[in-house]
Amino acid sequence: MSNRNLLVIAIALLAAGALPFFVSEYRTFQFTLVLIYSIALLGLNILTGFNGQISLGHGAFYAIGAYVAAILMDKAGFPYWATIPISGAVCLVAGFLFGLPALRLEGLYLALATFALGVSLPPLLKYHHLEQWTGGVQGIVITKPDAPEFLGELGLALNQDQWLYFFTLGVTVVMFVLGWNLLRGRIGRAMMAIRDNHIAAEAMGVDNAMVKSVTFGISAMFTGIAGALGAIAVQFVAPDSFNIFLSITFLIGIVIGGLASISGAIYGALFIQFVPNIADEISKAAPWAIFGLFLLAFIYVMPMGVAGAIRLGLARLTRKAHNSQPEKPLSGYPSTEEEIP
Amino acid sequence: MDALLHQVLAGLATGGIYASVALALVMIYQATHLVNFAQGELAMFSTYIAWTLIEAGMPYWGAFFLTVGFSFVFGVVVERVIIRPVENAPVLSVVVVFIALLVILNSVTGWIYTYTIKTFPSPFPEQPLFGNKYMSSHEIGAICVTLVVLFLLYAFFRFTPLGLAMRAAAQNPESSRLVGIRVGWMLALGWGLAAAIGSVAGMMVAPIVFLDPNMMGGVLLYAFAAALIGGIDNPAGAVFGGFLVGVLENVLGAFVIGNELKLAVALVLIIGVLTVRPSGFFGKVHVTRV
Repeated sequence: MSNRNLLVIAIALLAAGALPFFVSEYRTFQFTLVLIYSIALLGLNILTGFNGQISLGHGAFYAIGAYVAAILMDKAGFPYWATIPISGAVCLVAGFLFGLPALRLEGLYLALATFALGVSLPPLLKYHHLEQWTGGVQGIVITKPDAPEFLGELGLALNQDQWLYFFTLGVTVVMFVLGWNLLRGRIGRAMMAIRDNHIAAEAMGVDNAMVKSVTFGISAMFTGIAGALGAIAVQFVAPDSFNIFLSITFLIGIVIGGLASISGAIYGALFIQFVPNIADEISKAAPWAIFGLFLLAFIYVMPMGVAGAIRLGLARLTRKAHNSQPEKPLSGYPSTEEEIP
Repeated sequence: MDALLHQVLAGLATGGIYASVALALVMIYQATHLVNFAQGELAMFSTYIAWTLIEAGMPYWGAFFLTVGFSFVFGVVVERVIIRPVENAPVLSVVVVFIALLVILNSVTGWIYTYTIKTFPSPFPEQPLFGNKYMSSHEIGAICVTLVVLFLLYAFFRFTPLGLAMRAAAQNPESSRLVGIRVGWMLALGWGLAAAIGSVAGMMVAPIVFLDPNMMGGVLLYAFAAALIGGIDNPAGAVFGGFLVGVLENVLGAFVIGNELKLAVALVLIIGVLTVRPSGFFGKVHVTRV
């Protein structure tokens, strides 16, 4: 990682740390959601952007994570922080298991199967035999955690929203470091090799089946952890908040933010959190129309998303005067050789 | 026994509607090897057009055929304007474009017509035909309409030069171009036909599920299952799959698993068929050369 990147990350972290002291409680809550979405988007991006497996049903894993957290807190009396690794583990297994049949599916068919998963999960959560755990249509209400007391003794009294924000920020940083480490290492390279040419990858000794199902599991784990955080932040889970449009929102997030880009997850999360708020003022239906138009525009004009545009812009600005490097093609993924932005 | 018979027949009726949507999916798949995720919303949008026409005082069948015509044109325009630019793009881009189309149609309809549920008239008489106690006349009518659509399509592809040209363009685009078939327009026609078939399905299902912008969500999923069971490149198979899924869904929903898990049937069918027998019952097995 170059010095410039480190500097950018340090500034971003400082800004993120200072943020809750300057904005209202409601805005703090919104930025908490941005952080949560960015984890979910990173999860989906690992699968779709880096490994080339399309998922239109990641809302299902978000829902599973949220429900695991809510049930553990509501029925088993777990503290909120302990639910997050458990949600992650449950989703890791769920994703891995779903990834096994998904191995036989490519491209469109995988999109179809995951679409079916996304559509059929909410009715499953309403199933009356599961009602004693899931609360059926009513869902589960959970309480918002307080800031731990030792912070108050240190003279740093945080309100609930601020504490939740910092807690989420901590988890987000851990997840992004994990994701970054994973993607630049051996497994990450194997994922991208499979995406670019699975036959060549196989010939080079990459275990396609294993890498693909493990990727599915890891991706689901990220999204499930985001789901658990989401349940804690919103204090409520119900089947209808996890319909197919949630999965579509995630897809929109990674396309707008930038496919196969780690920083893209953050741009995408900002987009899916704040654009509907602005568009809501026009009409109830407007956010989706605007989402759709943005999607079309990005696919036609900027297929690498915001992250790709920023990368391209920076490359143009800092290009050497003699201009020896040929321009990178606009379409397609960044090649395996490049450093992951 | 009586109850079972009733469920089977009701299943055949909804199955007819799944069959129509599945047929539309197969049309687009045959022409472009793509699965259209926006098919349900296209049908829903067409049904709203029909509703507007009927509300404006047009007789039912007039509105019906006008809507079919409009949907055809709309499908052609969508292909030309929105799908064309991503014709050779990676699968992910195409899927994203379909999803974009889905959310745009859904929200624009919600914007124009609001999300309140509307009733949609049925062209068939209220009282059951021939005094039978098993099926309403709308159910019988819907099945007949599906079969007529299937027959018309078969005749079109089998006996007309245009149908032959479309089949050729789907099977071998390069050679078709050499003999003077305008392949691009054939694909657009395929989209038009699919949109027209979808609109028929929408108008048949609307009296049962009522008209609202999300009415086709479940139907689309069953239609996916139906198309896959029949083999995604086989129109007759799709119709068979549609009836089978309709009956399975109704019988299982009524006697085995309850109504809440009906959609899970579609999920299990889709994943099951895709993993065990991806070509369905009647589809061609594709072998790819490495």
